Formats: sequence, structure tokens, C-alpha cells
Amino acid sequence: MWKTIKRWYHQLGSPRYFYRFCEAVLPWLVPVSLALLAVGLVWGLVYAPVERYQGDSYRIIYIHVPASSGALMGYIAMGVAGLVALVWRMKMAEVMLKALAPFGAVLAAVSLLTGALWGKPTWGTYWQWDARMTSMLILLFLYLGIMALQNAIRDPRQAARAAALLAVVGVINVVIVKYSVEWLNTLHQGATLKVVGESSIDASMKWPLLISMAGLWLLYAANVLMRARTEVLSRERRSGWVRRLVRGGEA
Amino acid sequence: MFDPYFDSVAAFIAMGEHGFFVWSAYGLSALLIVANMLLAVRRQGRVRAEIARQARRDDVGSSAKARTSSKSVESNQ
Repeated sequence: MWKTIKRWYHQLGSPRYFYRFCEAVLPWLVPVSLALLAVGLVWGLVYAPVERYQGDSYRIIYIHVPASSGALMGYIAMGVAGLVALVWRMKMAEVMLKALAPFGAVLAAVSLLTGALWGKPTWGTYWQWDARMTSMLILLFLYLGIMALQNAIRDPRQAARAAALLAVVGVINVVIVKYSVEWLNTLHQGATLKVVGESSIDASMKWPLLISMAGLWLLYAANVLMRARTEVLSRERRSGWVRRLVRGGEA
Repeated sequence: MFDPYFDSVAAFIAMGEHGFFVWSAYGLSALLIVANMLLAVRRQGRVRAEIARQARRDDVGSSAKARTSSKSVESNQ
């Protein structure tokens, strides 16, 4: 088991092997994620029953919750990639750090927009400077800040070090987002889905939510692999295998 | 569970008077997500094309070098 993980780590750490892995996985990862997303959203929007107190505006959760959790998971992954990049100077960790940011920023923006559009009919306001919403806005700014740093510094390795530092430090904000609804008195409600213990949501609403969540997370993974593959190509442009590839050969 | 919740298409669009909020939430989300996926695809194509151009330039450079081995090839870049 440990040996397999170690071999896998070293293989995916090789840019060429990683590129081939992306090319093999993406042709089915994209359709699978889109299919799951379609099933989850149609189920949630058309078939799921209505929520007693919120009315049909509650149906926004089928995109709001997957986007919010995806943005948080993506940031945690970026923190891990940042730590590996800082400690072991692993090149593929730097690549992942760069690939994770754009779609994570999109999901954070989707979370904020859909949250506002749900808040208006439900709470009576689009926005409130409470702990959950403010920390989510900071998450978006962290994503954008990391992208800006990566673009501002010309040398990709130096850019990665600066971005890695911000990514690692910013993980504290994920903890604040997660626990803001429990520790602090906020307008936002507590978690509906729980990994441990009973969820406060009926099965008829839980399943479409879980399926669209799986779909959006896999789409995020596909986006990351697409961007990481491009970054690998760009960084390895001088190497023989990339030259063969762009001439129409095998990677 | 597998009967549509809404009686009509009109009721589905109206979303119990919350249609504006529900559909603008989904519309904006789709716009952002699709745009980002397309940008990722386009960037892959651009980087690949750019490297291919560079590779062709280098090919021309190295064949010119083979022909005129006495001359300098530094002017190529």
C-alpha cells in the first residue's frame, strides 16, 4: 500500500507522466462530471419537493452548496500544494498551485452571487457583513491575490514561492469560514450536510444535492487537470517529449 | 419522488414568485463556470501552438546551421 502511494507520488511528480495521465483521464472526467451535474440539478430543480419556509428560492442551494464547498476544498488543496512546494520544492506542486486558483475563484464568486440571490427573498437582504459572508469574500480575494502574484512575478519558480506562502497562510481563513456559523453569531445558518452525525435535510433533497456536488467537484478536478497540463507544457517547452508532442507525436 | 414537482412549465419558470432569483443565480453560475472551462481549453491550444511555432523556428535554424556551418547562427533568435 505505502509502496504504491510512493510510486504514484513519484510518477505523477514527473511532468511527462503527469501529462499523459491528464490526456488519459480528461476524456471521461469531463462528460462524467457534466452528466452528474445535469442529473443533480434537474432532480433538484424539477423533482425535489419545495422547502416549507423558504419556498422555491431554496432550489438555489443545489448550486450554492456545491460551489461553496468546492471553493473551500480547492483552497485546502492549494494550501497543501503550497506547503509541498515550499518544503520539498516539488515542481508539480507549484504547477497544481497555479492550476487550482482560477476555478476556485470562480466557485467562490458563484457562492457569493448565489448566496446573495438566495438571501434577498429569504432574509430580505442581498448582503450582510457577517462573519460567514465576510470570510467567504476574503476567500475570493485570496484566490485573486494568489493569481495576481503568479502573474506579476516573471520567474515561475519565484512566483510559485510567493503564491505558496500566501496559500498556506490563507488556510486559516478556511477554518474561519467553516466554523463562523458555529462559533459566532451570524445570519447564515449552520451546516445542512454533515459528514459525522445526522444531516438536517430530507433524503429527497439530500440526494440531488450530493449528486450535483459530486458533479461540480469533478468538473473542478477536470478544470485543474486541463490547466495543469497546459502549465506543464509551458514549463517543459524545451524538452524533447514536448517537441515531439507539438509535432503531432506521442507525449 | 419521481413525479415533477411543478404542475406546468409556467409554474416551473415562475418558481413560486422567486423565478428572478433562482434563474439569475443559475444563469450567472453557468456563465462563470462555462467561461472558465472555455478559457482553460483555449489556453491549452494557444500554448501548444506557440511551442509548435518555436519548434519550427528551431528546425529552420538547425537546418540553416547544417548548410552554412561556417557562419554564425546566433542571428536566428
